[in-house]
Amino acid sequence: MYRKTLSELAAELQKGQISSLELTRLFLDRIEASNTTLNAFISVDREGAEQAAKVADARLTQGQTGPLLGLPLAHKDIFCTEGVKTSCGSRMLDNFISPYDASVVARFKTAGAVMLGKTNMDEFAMGSSNETSWYGAVKNPWDNTCVPGGSSGGSAAAVSARLTPVATGTDTGGSIRQPAALCGITGLKPTYGRVSRYGMIAFASSLDQAGPMAQTAEDCARLLNVMAGFDERDSTSIDNTPEDFTAALEQSLAGMTIGLPVEYFQEGIHANVAQSLDTAIDELGKLGVQFKEISLPNQHLAVPVYYVVAPAECSSNLSRYDGVRFGYRCENPIDLEDMYKRSRGEGFGNEVKRRIMIGTYVLSAGYYDAYYLKAQQIRHLISDDFKKAFDQVDLIMGPTTPEPAFKLGAKSKDPVSMYLNDIYTISANLAGLPGISVPCGFADGLPIGLQMIAPAFMESRLLNIAHKYQQVTDWHKRMPADYE
Amino acid sequence: MQWETVIGLEIHTQLATNSKIFSGASTAFGAEPNTQACAVDLGLPGVLPVLNQEAVKMAVKFGLAVNAEIGMRSIFARKNYFYPDLPKGYQISQFELPIVGKGSIDIRVDVAEPKRIAITRAHLEEDAGKSLHEDFHGMTGIDLNRAGTPLLEIVSEPDMRSAKEAVAYARKIHSLVQYLQICDGNMQEGSFRVDANVSVRLRGEDALGTRTEIKNVNSFRFLERAINFEVERQIDVLEAGGKVVQETRLYDADLDETRSMRTKEEANDYRYFPDPDLLPVELDDAFIAQIQTTLPELPDAKRQRFMADYALQETDADLLTASREMADYFESAVKTSGGQAKLVSNWLTTELTGRLNKEDKSLGESPVAAIQLGELVRRIADNTISGKIAKQVFDVMWQSGESPDEIIEAQGLKQITDEGAIEAMVDEVIAANPEQVEQFKAGKAKVMGFFVGQVMKASKGKANPQQINALLNAKLKE
Repeated sequence: MYRKTLSELAAELQKGQISSLELTRLFLDRIEASNTTLNAFISVDREGAEQAAKVADARLTQGQTGPLLGLPLAHKDIFCTEGVKTSCGSRMLDNFISPYDASVVARFKTAGAVMLGKTNMDEFAMGSSNETSWYGAVKNPWDNTCVPGGSSGGSAAAVSARLTPVATGTDTGGSIRQPAALCGITGLKPTYGRVSRYGMIAFASSLDQAGPMAQTAEDCARLLNVMAGFDERDSTSIDNTPEDFTAALEQSLAGMTIGLPVEYFQEGIHANVAQSLDTAIDELGKLGVQFKEISLPNQHLAVPVYYVVAPAECSSNLSRYDGVRFGYRCENPIDLEDMYKRSRGEGFGNEVKRRIMIGTYVLSAGYYDAYYLKAQQIRHLISDDFKKAFDQVDLIMGPTTPEPAFKLGAKSKDPVSMYLNDIYTISANLAGLPGISVPCGFADGLPIGLQMIAPAFMESRLLNIAHKYQQVTDWHKRMPADYE
Repeated sequence: MQWETVIGLEIHTQLATNSKIFSGASTAFGAEPNTQACAVDLGLPGVLPVLNQEAVKMAVKFGLAVNAEIGMRSIFARKNYFYPDLPKGYQISQFELPIVGKGSIDIRVDVAEPKRIAITRAHLEEDAGKSLHEDFHGMTGIDLNRAGTPLLEIVSEPDMRSAKEAVAYARKIHSLVQYLQICDGNMQEGSFRVDANVSVRLRGEDALGTRTEIKNVNSFRFLERAINFEVERQIDVLEAGGKVVQETRLYDADLDETRSMRTKEEANDYRYFPDPDLLPVELDDAFIAQIQTTLPELPDAKRQRFMADYALQETDADLLTASREMADYFESAVKTSGGQAKLVSNWLTTELTGRLNKEDKSLGESPVAAIQLGELVRRIADNTISGKIAKQVFDVMWQSGESPDEIIEAQGLKQITDEGAIEAMVDEVIAANPEQVEQFKAGKAKVMGFFVGQVMKASKGKANPQQINALLNAKLKE
């Protein structure tokens, strides 16, 4: 049962083959059995989940339906959940229980989904390996000595090991797509503004976007149907007409043109990754897709631009954690300055501090023009590259990451090499575009992901092609043997 | 040496919206601490700001009233600094592209020709909460009810050359924002806060001297005193061969002095950058045109009209248009009085204002409403009562709130205009005072006053004075 996709589980529930409570307990038990090893969850809400499952069962008995009614899922611990701890992977919020639900959480509740718990993540979503979490690193289910990727590493590992059928994640520079690739699952970062950011703890406001993580593209489409939509509480949310993201899943790919940016296939890419991509290109070719070489000439600037813009915004966004109203406060402060310094000094980890310092620096008087303003200008150039590319092609494809999952600790002493793991994912955030990572092979037993990027609001196109690809491949169906 | 004072003002006006600038919480003053602060105002993790359209409308209204360029595209920026009553660790303000650009306003000091003061800009921002240092035994309490209240910060050019001009400008803005009904103007509650940038330079110099910024001034009287103190202080420093230090200074009303709060070196680097949580505010011509239609008659136009329509003196017109409330009161009273503008003006600016000042009441708290004052004046004008009796009636009105006609009727204060009745009293007084009659006849005209007084006394003040005069004149000259 636990191997089934969300869509399959929904059918089982509707048929009455299994109750929501049974399903919920099945996954809760799997979490209990494996979380000590994987460390994928920060909080497990057995009581709340069972209660929600009972309510869902009652509704199901009454003949009510709903795409997610009674189905279990997990939320990244970046989403505020009323009554359940929301730590954002930080000591700073280890004691924080939100008095309100994030919009995403509320939408899932309304849809009748059952939240199992909150997944581990890099502290304040800053990291690509899940090693910056105050709650310790998450392990990659395919190899416990490897990282699951980050920052949504807990969600990715949990879905990969089938501790939950699906999970939510957030993606600021690749935080859904990169861990999805490293854990062998499907993860979608929607267009900026597609999903409300209200109640999603901010890292870099102009880049953050929530999205679904699941076994299949079809499941991602089902989740996005619930997550997406205008929210008057988020001024950057887009007021589009509601869309059914499952509608175009089965469309033929014939006549579709995919662009392959030369910049995504240069040095630095792992041989097995390149090989898996080639195989995927062949598969898609058989489905009628045409390929065209394109160029994103400013691609090499994406990482440096990102590491100006994101820290700048985070340095301001994280100012509210001052020990005054909520969160961590140091013991016995002698005065206000001492309270600020020690609360923040003790409450934040090193990566967060590093980014706050970078951000503070690039915004400070005399440096703003040279760094922040310049970075914003280059951001426009990167956006323009995509616009020009989409004049010629329907989608852009490349690897999600340069290499499969790396060893725990391998990059944690070298921030720049860690940052470079997001080299292919960051530009979609800078341009606000939707991107998806789909499993496309293995290298020495570790999953490999391919990434596709679409024009703004073309999630349906991404999901369509990913779904068609998954119908002719089985990479997404494989799961780590230790969790069978 | 001849020193010249240079002053520019930054005025923070709390906009009279029902809810906060970026949340739905109420802005009402005086609630229990932290009862009017929602998740957004508390800066909880995950919350986002949503701009209050009313605040935008009010800012544009102000911009139009001072003939300013309206920022058709304005941007909210974050001003970053740590303070316990600033929940997010940054204030959402406007920096590079404010909603109101260059404008101007005319002020008058001592009825001289009006002087034009340039307004640099006015921008929208959120207010901070309050830190409460008393009652917490070595700790500080935080009240976030005020956090997120919309502010319009109005920044002037350094165009003022004396404390009096600065006060005139501040009063003018104070009056204007109330005319526009975008701010209640309550300085005690902090709805209208003035910071003064003050410097001095030798007369004839072009370059500005080093300025200091005076904060914490909560009345016009204190503004004038604070500036005058600061000007003297700066001149003393310079004349002693020293240099003025650029700094922020607090005015202490009890000691009537300014004190250093922080110097430029200690000032924060605010690290302004556009707030990624808020979209640029884009306005169109139709929106501006719509706001234009909601503008009331502005003080200067009203002043001109009062002088033209009511034949008022400049000083009276100034007084009567100083606030929209006063002007409305005046016009309402004039209407009821049957067009007795001059009389109403006198009663309003002397009797009523005097009484209000004495009891420390505002016009809005006056027990005598505009219509009642108008009725009183009408009764003077139509000779129902004399001006003297009117004061007596006014006293009762002030105490009881009754209408003048009720009081005149109840107390029998109606003026006696019956020729026969007055004549009888005149005859009686003449008969009773032969000595004075002799004096009058001997040419001592002053005695006339005595006779009038006696007749008045006999009539208990109710006889018509003109008729008394006429009859006395006729009878004494017989």
